Amino acid sequence: MATMTVDEISAIEERFPQVFRRPLYKRFWPLLLIAGTALYLAYALWFFSLPQVLRESHWERLPLFLSQWISYDLQPEFRLDQPEITPKYPRFSALGEHPNPDWVIRNPDGTYTVQIDGEAKSVTFDKARATIVAYGETIPISLTGGKPVVTGPVPDWVTVHDDEIVAKLGFVGEVRVTVDRVKVRKRFLGWANFVFDTRSPFFGKSAGEVFSLIISGPELKPGTSNLALAADNIWNNAQWQHGDVWTKLLQTIVMAFLGTLLGGIVAFPLSFFAARNITPSGLLSQVLKRFFDFMRSVDMLIWALFFTRAFGPGPLAGSAAIFFTEIGTLGKTYSEALENIDDKPREGVQSTGANGLLVQRYGVLPEVVPVFISQTLYQWESNTRGATIIGAVGAGGIGLKLWEAMRTNSNWANVFYMVLLTLAVVFIFDNISNFLRRRLSRTLHDYNRLQAEQG
Amino acid sequence: MTTSATIHSEATRQQADAWRRQTSLRRFYTALGVGLLLVAMCATMWFADEANAGHFFERLPHILDFLSWLIPKDWNDVWRALFDIASPHDKGTQEFNFPLGRVYIWGGFYIPEYFELMLTTVNVALVSTFIGFVFAVPFSFIAARNLTPSPILRLVVKRLMELLRAFPEIVIAGLFAAIVSIGPVAAIIAIGLHSIGALGKLFYEINENIDMRPEEGLRAVGANWIERVRFADLPQVLPNFMSYTLLRIEINVRISTIMGAVGGGGIGEELKLSISRGFGAKTLALVLLLFVTIFLVDQFSAWLRRKLVGEQAFPMSA
Repeated sequence: MATMTVDEISAIEERFPQVFRRPLYKRFWPLLLIAGTALYLAYALWFFSLPQVLRESHWERLPLFLSQWISYDLQPEFRLDQPEITPKYPRFSALGEHPNPDWVIRNPDGTYTVQIDGEAKSVTFDKARATIVAYGETIPISLTGGKPVVTGPVPDWVTVHDDEIVAKLGFVGEVRVTVDRVKVRKRFLGWANFVFDTRSPFFGKSAGEVFSLIISGPELKPGTSNLALAADNIWNNAQWQHGDVWTKLLQTIVMAFLGTLLGGIVAFPLSFFAARNITPSGLLSQVLKRFFDFMRSVDMLIWALFFTRAFGPGPLAGSAAIFFTEIGTLGKTYSEALENIDDKPREGVQSTGANGLLVQRYGVLPEVVPVFISQTLYQWESNTRGATIIGAVGAGGIGLKLWEAMRTNSNWANVFYMVLLTLAVVFIFDNISNFLRRRLSRTLHDYNRLQAEQG
Repeated sequence: MTTSATIHSEATRQQADAWRRQTSLRRFYTALGVGLLLVAMCATMWFADEANAGHFFERLPHILDFLSWLIPKDWNDVWRALFDIASPHDKGTQEFNFPLGRVYIWGGFYIPEYFELMLTTVNVALVSTFIGFVFAVPFSFIAARNLTPSPILRLVVKRLMELLRAFPEIVIAGLFAAIVSIGPVAAIIAIGLHSIGALGKLFYEINENIDMRPEEGLRAVGANWIERVRFADLPQVLPNFMSYTLLRIEINVRISTIMGAVGGGGIGEELKLSISRGFGAKTLALVLLLFVTIFLVDQFSAWLRRKLVGEQAFPMSA
């Protein structure tokens, strides 16, 4: 391979000055851009006082919350200061009114054993002492000295407080022991009472039992068929609120659909007057374009807040907010599509002496309708997602319900249920819109090919 | 001669009949589609009206009532609210306590409260778009069919991006509000994660349409994957990437405003409060500020995009 001489190199440099001798600002702009970004990020770090926020954040809660998405816990409490030790469950516990779980064992000698993870993790206690077994160790606790005392070495999964001893047993739960009570938290994978809540007569029955009751059982509630009763119980499940959740979900879908559709209907005629090449007056075009910008820039949030105040909270306010924003967005995209059309078909129709309306119908519309529909479907897709957030400010739909469930910080399983439903809706509507758009672009493609073949 | 003409006209008639049948069928389908759409529209309108707290026709006569609180008695109060200047109407209520929000920077020099809040909202949008961009670029090269280093990795990254895109931002914000405390940082995380998915999808679709010849050239001289992406693919797609990122900034400013209204800090929260309490001057000041900011961001981004890629049409949102 021949090496280039200095002359040859400088000859090439001479021939392509635009590559080798670029102005300084062109040569260094990527560097400047990166430096600028770095400076901005440093500023943002200070602006949001990020180091402090991160230092004060509770990352240990993340796995806890995430585990609560797909699990539930039961918290039996045993009073030791009563004449007889009896388990007590909180009201509305997932086990119903008279729980008798097989992991709470009353031993023949009067002591109680609670199995938190089978035999491997359990606690056995009476009024004088408690014994926690976990991780292959046995921790005896004496309860007689006025405060709980661990006799022997304390492992690191046990924390000794002044009047309470806490044993953290990982995902499956924890045990809290004081002199007068033992509190157990046992965690189960899954969603409790997802179909029937504890008040339902079908509660605690297996699927087979429920089916046979529905098909041939005696009426559990006189005057109502078992099928209707079961449906009613599922729909009105107090814990999961299926009825309410699904209605709110439907509201979100309706908001996106109605808002986008109405926006399209209003933007359609306006866009013809806003398109520079079609409008009868340049002034009208400018006015309409600024109007579209205004509707877009006022922002969905402001519209949502105004309409919530005008109509009261609910999907009507949400639909109206999406409708008003969409007039701007779709008006802008429609008129841009109109400005990009091929003028020849229009001239052809005009030359036959057709009037203005007919020229639009046969000279312009066939070209832009697929683009219009495709853009509208895009917006519909994005609004289905946006309607969820808008809902949280009171504009109806699942957003508010999600936000309320999250605010309590305890109902993460319900949150996850609603998230799954929202994801399913977004997924389904994405696919419908994608399918329609693909059909549309195929039609367009065929049309273009036909045009090309005919010359 | 006569026979051939009959045959010809026969064929023409058949053709014309077929054409007529086809058009009438198409017209029928169009009418059916439009009819179904109208039925769906009426049904959903009725449903939305039923489910709403106030009903459309019942509230319609009062629709302009809220203008009565919105229109301030003294129009100068709008400017006073915007720039935190003391108002003569101030009687110690929250409606006119404009100077209270001043953020003093240096001696007597202050940033008005609403400008500070707007700055927070814009900063949330910018930082989260940056997060989205930084992750979306490598993800998009992995997810593009023609550039991916491994098909399995491609599938994983694609699914991850789909999940991030579809996951409601509000849930991520709520989750992180409980972890990093309620405020702008939770909003940044939520919008940032969403932007990764949204930008990643647009980016990999661009990547799948690039010219593969520079890539082949680099492959021929033995460049590895990173070198190929850097020197063959990135220069082709960077203008489009930047353009989509600018578009994303526009969208994120809007989302971060909404996030503010549900506790994400920034101007949204103040706006929600002032509308729900009916503070006319404050509301107008906020709406004006928000409107101007969004308008400026949109115009600036459109101008920059035109410089980058010329008059190219983009979907307005994703």
